[in-house]
Amino acid sequence: MSKTLVEKIWDAHVVKSEEGFPDILYIDTHLIHEVTSPQAFDGLRKRGLPVFRPQQTVATADHNVPTLNQLMPIKEELSRYQVDMLTKNCAEFGIELYGLGHPFQGIVHVIGPELGITLPGKTMVCGDSHTSTHGAFGAIAFGIGTSQVEQVFATQCLLQSKPKTMKIEMNGQLGKGVGAKDIILYIIAQISAAGGTGYFIEYAGSAIEALSMEARMTICNMSIEMGARGGLIAPDKITFDYIKGREFAPAGEDWDKALAYWKTLYSDADAKFDSVLTFDAADIAPMITYGTNPGMGMGIQENIPATKAQPEKEKLSYQKALDYMGFDDDASLIGKPVDYVFIGSCTNSRIEDLREVADFVKDKRKANNVTVWIVPGSKQVEQQAINEGLDKIFEAAGFQLREPGCSACLGMNEDKIPAGKYCVSTSNRNFEGRQGQNARTLLASPLTAAAAAVTGVITDVRELLEKVEG
Amino acid sequence: MKKFTKLTSAVVPLNIENIDTDQIIPARFLKATTREGFGENLFRDWRYENDNRPKADFVLNDPTYSGQILVAGKNFGCGSSREHAAWAIQDAGFDVVISSFFADIFKGNALNNGLLPIQVSEDFLKNIFTAVEANPNVDLTVDLENQVVILNETGVSESFEINAYKKSCLINGYDDIDFILAQKDLIEEFEKK
Repeated sequence: MSKTLVEKIWDAHVVKSEEGFPDILYIDTHLIHEVTSPQAFDGLRKRGLPVFRPQQTVATADHNVPTLNQLMPIKEELSRYQVDMLTKNCAEFGIELYGLGHPFQGIVHVIGPELGITLPGKTMVCGDSHTSTHGAFGAIAFGIGTSQVEQVFATQCLLQSKPKTMKIEMNGQLGKGVGAKDIILYIIAQISAAGGTGYFIEYAGSAIEALSMEARMTICNMSIEMGARGGLIAPDKITFDYIKGREFAPAGEDWDKALAYWKTLYSDADAKFDSVLTFDAADIAPMITYGTNPGMGMGIQENIPATKAQPEKEKLSYQKALDYMGFDDDASLIGKPVDYVFIGSCTNSRIEDLREVADFVKDKRKANNVTVWIVPGSKQVEQQAINEGLDKIFEAAGFQLREPGCSACLGMNEDKIPAGKYCVSTSNRNFEGRQGQNARTLLASPLTAAAAAVTGVITDVRELLEKVEG
Repeated sequence: MKKFTKLTSAVVPLNIENIDTDQIIPARFLKATTREGFGENLFRDWRYENDNRPKADFVLNDPTYSGQILVAGKNFGCGSSREHAAWAIQDAGFDVVISSFFADIFKGNALNNGLLPIQVSEDFLKNIFTAVEANPNVDLTVDLENQVVILNETGVSESFEINAYKKSCLINGYDDIDFILAQKDLIEEFEKK
């Protein structure tokens, strides 16, 4: 029987399937961090249980960590306590920890792929909704709550009903200045912040196949922003080339064996999806959000949709969002002054993102009214950036290159956007208060963020790219 | 896990769509390492000014409304996987959340803690909001055994879906770990394949 990619991987991991019950799904790799794990470890202690398969669990500290002077003790007491708890818990339960100071430390969704832990065909979970990132390798990867973290600790399994499947096909050629972040913001704007709920989404089509692994990760990362727990892309040569030679990737005979299996991981030509959507990449402009959920996005040259054009029952919430942002109906955002630019997060903090920004800002300087933070996704990304001299370019441009962590994506550490200020951010959520109390977030690609940084206002990056070439 | 069978209570209406988990419990309050105490920061930034004064116009600060049932607009609980959102709602005294649509991870987290998420039709949700607006004391009955929610004032009711296994977990107070651990031999067998 023909199967989708999701079904192939899912079926290979079902320990038990019984009518009327969720499946018992085996989990190959469990990633953990300091925020959503302490109560799960506590639960194990209360039940008197060990971690069933500690060697299939990897930990890092990312959500709370400072991004300056990382080797100094964390100043904020509760953050320090939470990071210390992770260290203690990992030692007690025999889990490998890439904590502060370790060369592998970084955002959990950045280190998995770069260390070769994330592989095609795996099932992976983490107490973090952006676990969908790992799907870029053709893995079933999804975020879970703390009770489920405890469940995986105790049993290496999850009780989970098989999701519905959606295929999003993106064909055609992207325009200049348009990248993976624009693709995903465009899709979310089309189908809304709830449009993918209940589904795992497979992204396919020529525009997806042409993307690098970093770009594919950006797309899968934001699947959850339309409600889909998982997003994935069939592995191909680009995937295999990325994985080969990484720290924990299979090698030698194991590589050959793994590769032979990975090559079977695609949706069969006549496989049935519960939903199929098709888009043309040529229709996508650089995107920006104007509201307080990631579905409230538009092409950067468009005007903010009017409240009166919204469905009756949504008007109240829509107006509330525009009021929070301080934006008017039908207004253009072009030329709107910006206070902060944040380039980072599990969505856009990989070396390719930093290279793209560096390439753009070379010989340019940030506008005086803007504070620019670049927060690499991991120690390895940071080191690579330094090796390539990107740090010098950022310094000359007045961009501050900080140390790795989740940082201003959710402001659990000191990196917060002040109340009322506007931040063009490469992160994934523009929720009220996400980047700091009353902070106003505009989600965009690294290029659009960099353009705002150098002009000090919302800018269509394509105009600056044309100038260079003209 | 906390058991749930049947509840009759007044409701707290929150007629806003796409309420994300950052609103339910902002990230800066996720630093605790236990499950208790999150209720005081439930909807923190909608409920309090930056200087901690309660915002009088927010429903949780309005003594007119009370009860163990929270009713909210569609796509409730979207965003982050933080289970703290379910803990905060429960810690603030709610046992049921009613909406016309729930985000997946929130729904699972709620069920894993004995907080019952009930998805109703847009029409029924509107009925509830209209009824509460007219009379803040109207109450609802939630009957898990029969999978029905009743607006007692008018007798209008609607049945709701829930996975049969999850239903029995709520009624009996057992959880997924108990269920899987009882079948550990199957897991070990699977690993040998």
